[in-house]
Amino acid sequence: MAAINRDDVAHLARLAHIEMSADELDRMAGELAVIVDSVKSVSEAAGDDVPATSHPIPLTNVFREDVVGHTFTAEQSLSGAPDAYEGRFKVPAILDED
Amino acid sequence: MTDTNELIRLSAAQLAQKLAAGEVTSVEVTQAYLDRIAAVDGGPRGVHAFLHVNTEEALAVAAEVDAIRAAGGAAAAELHELAGVPIAVKDLIVTVGQPTTAGSKILEGWHSPYDATVVKRLRDAKMPILGKTNLDEFAMGSSTEHSAYGPTRNPWDLDRIPGGSGGGSAAAVAAFEAPLALGTDTGGSIRQPGAVTGTVGVKPTYGSVSRYGAIAMASSLDQIGPVSRTVLDSALLHQVIGGHDPYDSTSLPDPLGDLVAAARLGNVDGMKIGIIKELHGEGYQAGVENRFNESLELLKQAGAEIVEVSCPNFKYALGAYYLIMPSEASSNLAKFDGVRYGLRVLPKDAPLTIERVMGATRAAGFGDEVKRRIILGTYALSAGYYDAYYGSAQKVRTLIQRDFEAAFAQADVLISPTAPTTAFKLGEKLNDPLAMYLNDVATIPANMAGVPGLSLPGGLADEDGLPVGIQLLAPARQDARLYRVGAVLESLLEAQWGGPLLAQAPALATSVVEPVETLETQEAK
Repeated sequence: MAAINRDDVAHLARLAHIEMSADELDRMAGELAVIVDSVKSVSEAAGDDVPATSHPIPLTNVFREDVVGHTFTAEQSLSGAPDAYEGRFKVPAILDED
Repeated sequence: MTDTNELIRLSAAQLAQKLAAGEVTSVEVTQAYLDRIAAVDGGPRGVHAFLHVNTEEALAVAAEVDAIRAAGGAAAAELHELAGVPIAVKDLIVTVGQPTTAGSKILEGWHSPYDATVVKRLRDAKMPILGKTNLDEFAMGSSTEHSAYGPTRNPWDLDRIPGGSGGGSAAAVAAFEAPLALGTDTGGSIRQPGAVTGTVGVKPTYGSVSRYGAIAMASSLDQIGPVSRTVLDSALLHQVIGGHDPYDSTSLPDPLGDLVAAARLGNVDGMKIGIIKELHGEGYQAGVENRFNESLELLKQAGAEIVEVSCPNFKYALGAYYLIMPSEASSNLAKFDGVRYGLRVLPKDAPLTIERVMGATRAAGFGDEVKRRIILGTYALSAGYYDAYYGSAQKVRTLIQRDFEAAFAQADVLISPTAPTTAFKLGEKLNDPLAMYLNDVATIPANMAGVPGLSLPGGLADEDGLPVGIQLLAPARQDARLYRVGAVLESLLEAQWGGPLLAQAPALATSVVEPVETLETQEAK
């Protein structure tokens, strides 16, 4: 497996929507390289014949009766939002240009 | 009425008895705990177990229970056994009427519009909620030092960590600031703080306690569970919060079993208890090993058969955990984007777009450990690495489950130290993430396989006089076995110590601070 470098971290930070300063990128790249190195052996642990487990105690087809249950009002849903306008979340421009 | 200093040292079961017998009122009990919080939690050398104290509501619930009891009749008879017994709640669990921060700046001042299912169950049982306890930000850490609101201190030594992520809940219970608390355990966050603070903590079978309203870190690993000073108290609380919940699609439909009866049974005669070869010895502090071996000896004397089992794939558990957990966390934490909750930070320069607002908000709102795990998870899930990292880790999960299956074919319950060391100094491992992660080496396998685990005090380590935790593990859905064995070991150990281990903890300096506002003082206004 490839090591993780500073460019990787910068790219991942963009994907994860976290702004990072140059210092932060340097530090994070160093720390993550150590962590990634320490988990490398995981890829050699299991052969192709071992199935993956995504949930420890799998349940299938979890349904409930198709009746209207509890719902939140718009007011409740917006109660923690940094900004709201006429019953909706208010956000800055979605696109780069106005 | 009992002296308040004695009152706060009673177990939840003892408090419940005194409340039912009318020897003490819930207002007296709740006020005694609020006074204790005021005396030991604040200030530069305070325990700092609480992020929010819920004085008014706690006393109102206590007064309601007292009024029902005083009136007698059917309503009094229907009160839950723990009605009027106060409890603290980890601040990862959402509550109406109190802020929920998850220990993060990104949720500072946020109030949930709904209660977690476990909180609703506490309210149904009429247990006064004393407040919200400190934690590593979004439960990511093993020392509570990653809280954006400052660390919690270990009541045994204020310069040491109380474990994490649920250091606040464990320290609150250890410092007699609450008889009970709720925690969450993704890789050991209930059990490891229990171990280093000399308290009891239980991670139930995955899905047996609803996760609805616990802010998710890693959904396939997270589990809410009880924190207490005795094994019986954890069983009592587990029984309140457990059971099926239609609001959590991973909630098990199976009945819990009678956990309280198991804790009261007190018999291990003929039980097979398996020592996990890979979870002691090298890498474990000598004092931890010594207390562990003593516990084995006691269980043997009580009639249990001790066998050795091997779980060879546990050596991959930590690595696989640090791929699965960050992967799930990076996805779960995407919702904190400056749109729907809490913090919004605007970038200093133009253009002001939503993407840049998200980037600035998450940069300012998340701490280093959260950022590390989000980046690591994003990496493990990215195209080209997915199979090698996330896919391989999921296969390791299967191997760990197989190890447990083989071990439980030879033993009814497994046993190990809970953590490799006693509490370390504040700051000691803060800049070494990998050293921090190693604290959870013995607790992580249970989360990976979904099996239940319990940590109870095993005594004090010879070299530093600090608490050591003993971990018991049972097959999925067999949580009752943990309480059965745990209660026996606890009573044998306490007979040796001449009382609870916490009786040996140093007295905390109490500060005279602002008196906590009571209903009476409010009415007087």
